[in-house]
Amino acid sequence: MARHINRKNVSSEKMEKGTFKTSMKKLLLYCRKYWGWLIFALALGIVGVITQIIGPNKIMDLTNVISDGLIYHAGNIDIAEVTKICVLLVCLYIVGALFNYFQNYITTIVTQKVGRNLRRDISKKINKLPLNYFDSHLHGDVLSRVTNDVDTVTQSLSESVGSLFSSGLLFVGVLIMMFITEPLMALTVIGATILGFALSLIFLTKSQKYFNKVQEQMGELNAHIEETYSGHNVVRLFNAEENRKEEFTKINKQLHKYGWRSRFLSGVMGPVMGFVGNFGYVAVCIVGALLARKHGISYFGVITAFMIYVRLFSRPLSSIAQSLTSLQSASAASKRVFEFLEGEEQASEEGKLSAPAKIEGNIDFENVRFGYKPEKIIIKDFSCKVNAGQKIAIVGPTGAGKTTLVNLLMKFYETNSGDIKIDGISIGDMKREAVHSLFGMVLQDTWLFEGTIMENLKYNNKDVSDKRVYQVCKAVGIDHFIQTLSKGYNTIVDDTINLSAGQKQLLTIARTMIADRPMVILDEATSSVDTRTEILLQQAMDKAMEGRTSFVIAHRLSTIKNADTILVLKDGDIVEKGKHEDLLAKGGAYAELYNSQFEEE
Amino acid sequence: MLKLLRYLRKKDYMFMIVSIVFIVVQVYLELTLPDYTAKIIQELYKIGSGVKPSVSVILKNGGIMLAMAFGSLGAAILVGFFVTMISAGLSFTLRGKIYDKIQGFSLHEINRFSTASLMTRTTNDIRQVAMVVSMGASALIKAPIMAIYAVIKIVNKGWQWSLSTGIVLAILSISIITIMAVVIPKFKKMQTLIDKLNRVTRENLTGIRVVRASNAEDFQEEKFKETNTDLTKTNLFIGKMLALFDPVMTILLSGLSLSIYWIGAYIVKDAVSFSNMTVFVSYAMQVVMSFIMLIVIFMLLPRALVSAKRINEVLDTENKIVPGNYVDEFDGTASVVFENVSFKYPDAEEYVLHDISFTANEGETIAFIGSTGSGKSTLINLIPRLYDATEGRVLIDGVDVKDYSLETLNKKIGYVPQRGVLFSGSVKDNVNFGDNNASEEEIKSAISTAQASSFVSRMPDGIDSIISQGGTNVSGGQRQRLSIARAIARKPEIFIFDDSFSALDYKTDKKLRSALKKDTAKVTKFIVAQRIGTIKEADKIIVLEAGNMVGIGTHEELLKNCPVYREIALSQLSKEEL
Repeated sequence: MARHINRKNVSSEKMEKGTFKTSMKKLLLYCRKYWGWLIFALALGIVGVITQIIGPNKIMDLTNVISDGLIYHAGNIDIAEVTKICVLLVCLYIVGALFNYFQNYITTIVTQKVGRNLRRDISKKINKLPLNYFDSHLHGDVLSRVTNDVDTVTQSLSESVGSLFSSGLLFVGVLIMMFITEPLMALTVIGATILGFALSLIFLTKSQKYFNKVQEQMGELNAHIEETYSGHNVVRLFNAEENRKEEFTKINKQLHKYGWRSRFLSGVMGPVMGFVGNFGYVAVCIVGALLARKHGISYFGVITAFMIYVRLFSRPLSSIAQSLTSLQSASAASKRVFEFLEGEEQASEEGKLSAPAKIEGNIDFENVRFGYKPEKIIIKDFSCKVNAGQKIAIVGPTGAGKTTLVNLLMKFYETNSGDIKIDGISIGDMKREAVHSLFGMVLQDTWLFEGTIMENLKYNNKDVSDKRVYQVCKAVGIDHFIQTLSKGYNTIVDDTINLSAGQKQLLTIARTMIADRPMVILDEATSSVDTRTEILLQQAMDKAMEGRTSFVIAHRLSTIKNADTILVLKDGDIVEKGKHEDLLAKGGAYAELYNSQFEEE
Repeated sequence: MLKLLRYLRKKDYMFMIVSIVFIVVQVYLELTLPDYTAKIIQELYKIGSGVKPSVSVILKNGGIMLAMAFGSLGAAILVGFFVTMISAGLSFTLRGKIYDKIQGFSLHEINRFSTASLMTRTTNDIRQVAMVVSMGASALIKAPIMAIYAVIKIVNKGWQWSLSTGIVLAILSISIITIMAVVIPKFKKMQTLIDKLNRVTRENLTGIRVVRASNAEDFQEEKFKETNTDLTKTNLFIGKMLALFDPVMTILLSGLSLSIYWIGAYIVKDAVSFSNMTVFVSYAMQVVMSFIMLIVIFMLLPRALVSAKRINEVLDTENKIVPGNYVDEFDGTASVVFENVSFKYPDAEEYVLHDISFTANEGETIAFIGSTGSGKSTLINLIPRLYDATEGRVLIDGVDVKDYSLETLNKKIGYVPQRGVLFSGSVKDNVNFGDNNASEEEIKSAISTAQASSFVSRMPDGIDSIISQGGTNVSGGQRQRLSIARAIARKPEIFIFDDSFSALDYKTDKKLRSALKKDTAKVTKFIVAQRIGTIKEADKIIVLEAGNMVGIGTHEELLKNCPVYREIALSQLSKEEL
């Protein structure tokens, strides 16, 4: 674990430079579909900004009318003119607000849809990655990407995209107005702003690093708590709370450290921008005053105008700054999302064969060699011919490679060399789905999902009739139990119903039997089922598997006595092969294994 | 939400006071800045009377303004510093608290919340709360100060203007409250949907082999899509409602200044009231702006409130397992007595165990057998108090397990769960887990007793090899043996094997049991098993059927007088083998 983290840190250090740009570019490209809408929103924003720039001008006219009345007409204010301007302003405001709303509306829709697409793509990606990806990556980390990271992306985007648009437009609009009014003063404002901006840039680049770290530590925290929460029993009973807490605190402290730094640095952006505004204001006052000495009293109007402009100019700047900090966390989070989405997928299988319509069930293992890692070979040179309809038992000590063999047969992993053929067709030439569709598989680790028992049993086979489900459940001896549940087959399987490991196994066996595939693999399928139930189950399964090639891995040798061929595996090689009686008579490894069941001390 | 603030540290209150001081400084500096502009303008007015304005006066006042701008920046940065310290500190503390609380949970509570939901509560929910605190704290303090300062300036400047300001504030409040009332329930829904999304993804990850074997990728994606669509719909609804805020606020703000001028056109009669009008506009804006500052927080608040509630739900959960405080000497062995124990799950109707009584003497091996669902696991879970007996008592060395301090109780017990649970870390860390304090020698010996030496030595770094999260890089049987080694390394007085041998092949099972017998003879052992072979030699075998004890005795005795046992035995072994 520790090593794993270190490696991650090193690579993230290297990647920091340019991360923001690349992730933003990726995100932008990802949103390609919505560019049209975004441009439309931009157009709406332009109208909104125009009303915002015209507004102050009209207000100026209004005060002029009032002061004119006071000064030149002895307090007789031209009410008609006032009303005209006011009505115009009201219209302007309403139009502005409407456009503003629609702009927000569109950006909300776009960001939420982008979020939805990201989540969808991650979920799809999970099913496209090779299995060994999950051997080396933590579940909690992947989960954190689906929820925390995507959440951060959408939340930050919705906060920033809209205001980035309108602020940018306002910024440009004010810039134009300033140059029209007085170029020299405009330059003063810009100069002051650039100075302030340079200051904020320092904070901006610094905080990006911490944002990445925060997101990383978050993934780490998630992984840790998933482990602790799900292994809670063991943690408690071994008085390991303190130990675990220590580890947790370490991550928590890191998270705290980077969390507050990133938040502080990004929080400082607001005040810095406020300062840019104030600084510009002061510059306008000083430079304006000095210029007024030359140009005389008529220059006052320009000064007052610029006092408003400097505020109008710095306000969008600080919202832009705020949006940029939001975008920073969006970029940090999206980096993690894209990292996952860009993970190398299983090799494409276009053009490979689909499942043959009729399957005999002859299987050939030809000099199969495999290791999960190239430097650690588990199966060295495995060859074996299985005839259609045979029941093959694979036995041997734990770690002999029994499950690995099955993983290869299912094409979960690809062999390093050698070949596996089904009815003479290499599984390398078949699509993965095709191989999967040939086998019904029951694993030692039972897996049920939250849904009704019926849904769990039918799983992916929607057109199976309920009647068939009842039939199978009766055959495997779980029907009675299901009936006793409060809602029978419609009981929801979740953490609150107490299913024993054995009951779970029965359910998964039933699920596989319902799926009704031409061949069957049972990997320790009945290890938690009590033996009386098992005998009944055995009969039911034998009947169901009649004429089908089947592979059975079992520790309880009683289960496999009647197998056509028993393969005794040791360190990935077949050490013995034959029928129960023959092997027993031979007095070799199998006999030893078998007799150990009954040996007295 | 407020309830969570009790987790602020003393230090945080200090930070808050300091922040307030600096916020006052900042507000003062920002609001008096214009006074110096006035001074410059007055200097410039001299042009009118033919005097050249003095450059030094302009520069002096300009310099003061510049200093004030810097001062206000400094104050704001300090405020930012302290406020982030508070919010980051709070999330740090909350994460720790919630983690502690969950560690203290019993199985029942973990199951009630579900692991996925507990995870979101520890991360996502806390993040929401912290965000509001960091954004809220400064705004909450700054807004009232700004507002009060501004109100002082505009009071008594014209009731018509005050009235219109009041009306605008009222409309603002009403529209915000309306939007919130519609949005808040949706936030709650959103959080549940996030939980659900988490769960569906987690299911896909944990069952990835089953999913692929069943070609059910599309099925899973369909399921994900459903939740994803629900979540997006809810998010969209919330987003569309919140999109109203900005335009509503702009229109009200602009409307306010317009109405002040419009009213002004009727009531302004002289130069004094004219200047009053200009002043009123700017300060009324301040009042409304500080109001808006508060509103921004209220926008963030609903989601945070829901999150806070979810955090509190965990923190306020009464722990069902109340530890005692009895501590005793550790003598390496223990007797266990069940006295008329009955058990039902909280909120359940049916009892899972009925009136179980038996005694396990020091060093004895007690085995439990029975059909799937007969209550074997539940029964032994009562010893380490994973659940508490509903009726009756469980005694260890004559003391009720409920009276022991949990630490003492846990120390007495070496527990091996049904499914081998490993943690990311080295093999060594996993064996020397928790308060196990084993030397390298003892670790190796525990590994060897658990029959794990051969595969551990074949791992790349021996006992320093790394186990990945959830132990996915070792097989089920290996995981199980390592978790047995973990229990052995503890040197407990009682072993509990909850069907821990079924993942092992017979030979290993057999070897392991003889090694246990040899190396840990004094330890009292409880074994739940399926295989007769595993339990044949136990001192007492207890046969369970639907939560009732239907037989107790040795293998031979039970074969003679317990029909259920005989049936089980016959299902596994042929007559001759018996």
